[in-house]
Amino acid sequence: MENLVYIALFAPFVSSMFAALFGMSPRQTFVGIIASSLLFISFAASATLAFHVYSTGTAVHVTMMEWISAGDLTIPFGFLVDQVSVTMMTVVTLVSTVVHIYSIGYMDHDKSFNRFFSYLSAFVFSMMILVMSDNFAGLFIGWEGVGVCSWLLIGFWYHKADVTREENPSISPSWAANEAFIVNRIADLGMLVGIFIIYWNVGSLQYDVVFADLPNLSSSVLNAAALALFIGAMGKSAQFPLHTWLTDAMEGPTPVSALIHAATMVTAGVFLVIRANPIFSMTPEVSFFIAALGTFVAFFAASMALVNRDLKRIIAFSTLSQLGYMFAAAGLGAYWIALFHLAAHAFFKALLFLGAGNVMHAMDDELDIFKMGGLKKAMRWTWGYMGLASLALAGIFPFAGFFSKDAIIETAFNEGTYVLWAVLVLTAGMTAFYSFRQVFLTFHGDERYKEAGIHPHEMYKFVLIGMAPLAILAVIAGFFMGGFQTFVTKLLPDYVMSDHTHHLVLWLTLIVSAFAVGGIFLAYRKYYKGLKRDMELENSFIYKLLANQYYIPNFYEAFITKPYAMLSEMMWKDVDMKIVDATVDGIAKFLYKSGDSSRKMQTGNLSNYLNWMAVGAVLLLVIAAISAMLG
Amino acid sequence: MIGLSHYLIVSALIFSIGLMGVLRRRNLLMLFFATEVMLNAVNIAFAAISHYYNDLTGQMFAFFIIAIAASEVAVGLGLLIVLYKKYGTLDLDDLASMKG
Repeated sequence: MENLVYIALFAPFVSSMFAALFGMSPRQTFVGIIASSLLFISFAASATLAFHVYSTGTAVHVTMMEWISAGDLTIPFGFLVDQVSVTMMTVVTLVSTVVHIYSIGYMDHDKSFNRFFSYLSAFVFSMMILVMSDNFAGLFIGWEGVGVCSWLLIGFWYHKADVTREENPSISPSWAANEAFIVNRIADLGMLVGIFIIYWNVGSLQYDVVFADLPNLSSSVLNAAALALFIGAMGKSAQFPLHTWLTDAMEGPTPVSALIHAATMVTAGVFLVIRANPIFSMTPEVSFFIAALGTFVAFFAASMALVNRDLKRIIAFSTLSQLGYMFAAAGLGAYWIALFHLAAHAFFKALLFLGAGNVMHAMDDELDIFKMGGLKKAMRWTWGYMGLASLALAGIFPFAGFFSKDAIIETAFNEGTYVLWAVLVLTAGMTAFYSFRQVFLTFHGDERYKEAGIHPHEMYKFVLIGMAPLAILAVIAGFFMGGFQTFVTKLLPDYVMSDHTHHLVLWLTLIVSAFAVGGIFLAYRKYYKGLKRDMELENSFIYKLLANQYYIPNFYEAFITKPYAMLSEMMWKDVDMKIVDATVDGIAKFLYKSGDSSRKMQTGNLSNYLNWMAVGAVLLLVIAAISAMLG
Repeated sequence: MIGLSHYLIVSALIFSIGLMGVLRRRNLLMLFFATEVMLNAVNIAFAAISHYYNDLTGQMFAFFIIAIAASEVAVGLGLLIVLYKKYGTLDLDDLASMKG
């Protein structure tokens, strides 16, 4: 079993290094094929491990080597494959394998094809370290690795120039990459503080040691640690107010978006909360804050998705919204439901993004859904995939999203937090509306793309077949809910609905489904026939507020970025140039001047030198005499 | 009676004469003479102090200095001859070629 752990972990690493060998050379298809095969090997190893953990019920724990050993601090390179991490590993490697195969087709015409695979595999490797590590330090290494790889991949097309925010809300790939990296850095500071608090109070970073020692800690320490760790999770999982980078990250190639949203990045925050559940279960205030924030973000993101015109951004907002659901569940103590939604969401979200990639490919990188319409004729497969994924996202029976999202909403009801419940139900309706608004505007109605003279074409066959596993899972994943519950609750605290909720479960489900179906119906009424633009609505204040993301990016720019830039410039011109630089320059100038004036001593005349020597000797004598007298 | 201090005074006087020569003279040959004078002043001091302490080390040291001074003069005079042949002068003011 130990070897399988290493294979699962290092196959993506080997893949990345292999692709990096060809990083500078022109496109080589075999690089993509070998990278995908290695990822598949990793997936196979993960699946075998999952089966092993499932059948034996015991975790596999390996320690590769001592990593840091200084004084009392010992941090090994240890890997823990238990019910939670094996779930993550399987989901991550499965989605990544599909994304790798997809990228062979999608990045077909890109001159940096090989480099892309190198980054992509490194991304997966970082995520595997993150989920498999048996201590917080290893988790943090993976955490940072994921951050670096996301920066590399979001800014993959770094050569594109900056444009204004009106033209493109994310300005340019390199701008978006920097934004993602910097916002994550802010959150990582919180995460690091959390890790320090834990080490300071427990003296170890191993999960098992830390969790066993929790009852001895005071509640203020626990609250501080939980809050600091959650700040880290907020950055990676793009929770308000650190959410802006997620939609701007759409500047990266579409497979990257699929990877970030489904497997390798944003789920890390949820994973952290689930992994550290013993801490969060002991801090009910922080947990409730998490749930409330999650619910708020679910609604907040869904509202922005309602009016957005950019295909990928709509999907990005839906991820944000679904992450909110996951945090709501985790905050309410239903960790296994959060993990289940994470897995189910990974399948249909990856499928949605890859479908969006197909559309982009067909539409010459056009993303405005107002300029599409009627694509169903040209792209039947993609239409099917996107439709399935949207049904799953909207939470329609019997697709995966129905089971997981419904369970979260029931949890909110069960906990007696009716406000959260109401908001989540409303959000479910909005989710259905915007998903199908996007589907109808893209695939049905009048063929608006003809005006732009685009001839859409379906994606390569192998790519479409490669996407099939995701489609199948998006449909059937929900039926494994019961098995999943018994599997992961061996490790995670179980969460069952009270009898009261149990009686009402049918009604609750009906209410949620009614909202979902209502949302779809509304979208059908409004957009199925074609796009009829309602300028009065589009010019209304609320519409503009939503379309501009509540002006939060502008707010950040005006109140954080610009003042910070001004402060930096002031620091540079006034503090750095006038004090720090001036001091250093002053020392150099003094030495230069003194050298210049003492140069005159060097006449070249031996006699003068001898005189100076005598002066020196006398001086030394005098000093010796004085020190002898004083001493 | 002539004691240690007399010897040392003589030594100091001769040393000062040598030092003045080193400082004031411009001719390299004269500089050489001046350094020899200084060395011999030191030799006198060594011999005198050695006798005073009844320790032969100082006198041995004086012999060493004489030997080294002799070889130094041999090498130095050779260099001076070469220098004179090349420049036709031994005046230091005319030989200042390495001005900073």
